[in-house]
Amino acid sequence: MIIDINFVGLIIASIMASAVPLILASCGELITERSGVLNLGVEGMMIIGAISGFALMTVTGSLIIAVFGAMLAGVLISTIFAFLTQTLITNHVATGLALTIFGIGISAMIGKNFVGIPGKEFPVLFESLKDTIPLLSPILFGHSIVFYFAFALPFITSYFLKKTKIGLIVRAVGDSPESASNQGINVKLVRYACILYGGAMCGLAGAYLSMIYTPQWIENMTGGRGWIALALVVFSTWNPIKILIGAMIFGGLTIIQFHMQAIGVRIPVQFLTALPYVVTIIVLVVISRDSRKIRLSTPSSLGKSFYKDN
Amino acid sequence: MIKIVKRDQPSKAIFFLTPVLAIFLTLVAGGLIFYILGFKPFEALKFFFIVPVADMYGFSELLLKATPLCLIAIGLSFCFKSNNWNIGAEGQLTFGAIVSGGVALLFYEQEGFYILPIVILAGAIGGMLYASIPAILKTYFNTNEILVSLMLVYVSKLILDYLVVGPWSNPEGFNFPETRQFSDSARLPLLFEGLRIHAGIFLALVAVVMSWFVFYKTYLGFQMKVSGFSLKTAKYAGYKGKKMIILVFLISGACAGLAGVGEITGPIGQLHREVSPDYGFTAIIVAFLGRLHPVGIIFASLVVAITYLGAETAQIFMQIPKYTGQVFQGMILFFLLASDYLLFFKFKFIGSKK
Repeated sequence: MIIDINFVGLIIASIMASAVPLILASCGELITERSGVLNLGVEGMMIIGAISGFALMTVTGSLIIAVFGAMLAGVLISTIFAFLTQTLITNHVATGLALTIFGIGISAMIGKNFVGIPGKEFPVLFESLKDTIPLLSPILFGHSIVFYFAFALPFITSYFLKKTKIGLIVRAVGDSPESASNQGINVKLVRYACILYGGAMCGLAGAYLSMIYTPQWIENMTGGRGWIALALVVFSTWNPIKILIGAMIFGGLTIIQFHMQAIGVRIPVQFLTALPYVVTIIVLVVISRDSRKIRLSTPSSLGKSFYKDN
Repeated sequence: MIKIVKRDQPSKAIFFLTPVLAIFLTLVAGGLIFYILGFKPFEALKFFFIVPVADMYGFSELLLKATPLCLIAIGLSFCFKSNNWNIGAEGQLTFGAIVSGGVALLFYEQEGFYILPIVILAGAIGGMLYASIPAILKTYFNTNEILVSLMLVYVSKLILDYLVVGPWSNPEGFNFPETRQFSDSARLPLLFEGLRIHAGIFLALVAVVMSWFVFYKTYLGFQMKVSGFSLKTAKYAGYKGKKMIILVFLISGACAGLAGVGEITGPIGQLHREVSPDYGFTAIIVAFLGRLHPVGIIFASLVVAITYLGAETAQIFMQIPKYTGQVFQGMILFFLLASDYLLFFKFKFIGSKK
């Protein structure tokens, strides 16, 4: 069997494309968690981003408005979470779950009028270079700007956390809000910002799904990707670069599943669809078994409320 | 001037009043949403919350929907009280339905008084088995139970889908994704002629009484509460933490599995693709709204069940999208959590005296 080298390139590119929403949402959530906040509303924020992006694109016709609008929608919905957990000091887990249930409901409500409408074509970059280098061309060229941004994001996030002053503040707030507060850092403000940033990234991840990856609105179209993104953050042991690896593995599972169906492998389609979820569990078990490593890399105050008496 | 002060102790009265406040605020916000969507708010709320339960049939439907919610929420209260975040009850319900449905199909066209108890037991065991996965992974492999239990929801739904489309599908069913009808002996009896309410409601009531007994009358219940407040204290007191985690997961899995039994052996009488309209997730809200208290959970399950019915009625009569139900459910939880603020803080008027 001769394997066409460009075909391999195309498969890798499609794996990368399916990893994009995971990378965006995970990197956003990673910053939120690094500040000590556990937001389980990723799925809800993503689906809100998906419908907002698609609806704005259909109504205004502008892709730029749609993409930024989706991010803004993510910010707005995460503001509810931020207000509840930071100002009213509610439980992170319960509030995040409420956010997901609420988000799925609202998105389906808005999305009712957008079912069955075809999406728009999203412009791609470097299309003229697509046939220049074998293997590498399909991987490197001809993708949307969001695609390139997603693959740069883990490196930007890593640099931000390790090398910038604000990144240091975020880590300090997550590891020891008491000492950070004593140093004069406004813990609440930092956490608000990190939650809203996470919302923006989840909104963008959703918009990528409904505008670029499968340009249409389908109810519940995030299909658990938000939860996988949450698992990826644990998988990465809160290290953005490892998110890249994890997202590629899960993107790979999704794509392999399509190809196995296409070449007629005799495994029931439901088992193939279940693969990413089962693998997520297995990976979580393998990563978490080393409880010392998890304890050392988890932001110390993750999921704990911080209240300062004035 | 008003100042916000921390309470020395959480207020007990407010603990049980805030759920009522949360429901009220949800109604106000819901009316606002209806108004924004272009509906008359009061009429919409009437169709949502009053019309569905205005007759006996509606009331029976309310109990029909409240039964699984109550049952699952009772189970979840064991987990949440002891600080275990089982959010995969939907999966445990589905797996319970699969196991009990499979057993019911074994008794296809057979009759006998012994069949129903076996089918019910099978459902409880199915739910327990499925809940034991996140429990064991949490206790022995330090794995996050939130993510594991949630991933298993997707897996269970796919297993169910595979079974009803594939090996278990009705041979005479024209390829509809459903199994054969269970025999009458494998079904929970309906309680009234012409109404869909079935004997599953007694399972829920038994669970309520038993949970009350365990929580408030046994040493085990005390241990659970202590572990929930402080794991360190529990360890210091010598409680067996790992066993406790597994136990609460098993209890909540059994309850969810029983809810699954009710869904398939009640009015429907067969396995099909959608055994549950997300009861497992909604029950999380019910558990919180009921303050993890058995009696509170009964009231909460009735309130939240209305959102299911109301969404259907409002869709039929006013073309209001049925997802509004979910929006309401999310809002109830938001408002409940928000009003918890009043538990720990109070507003103090600072006037002339200092």
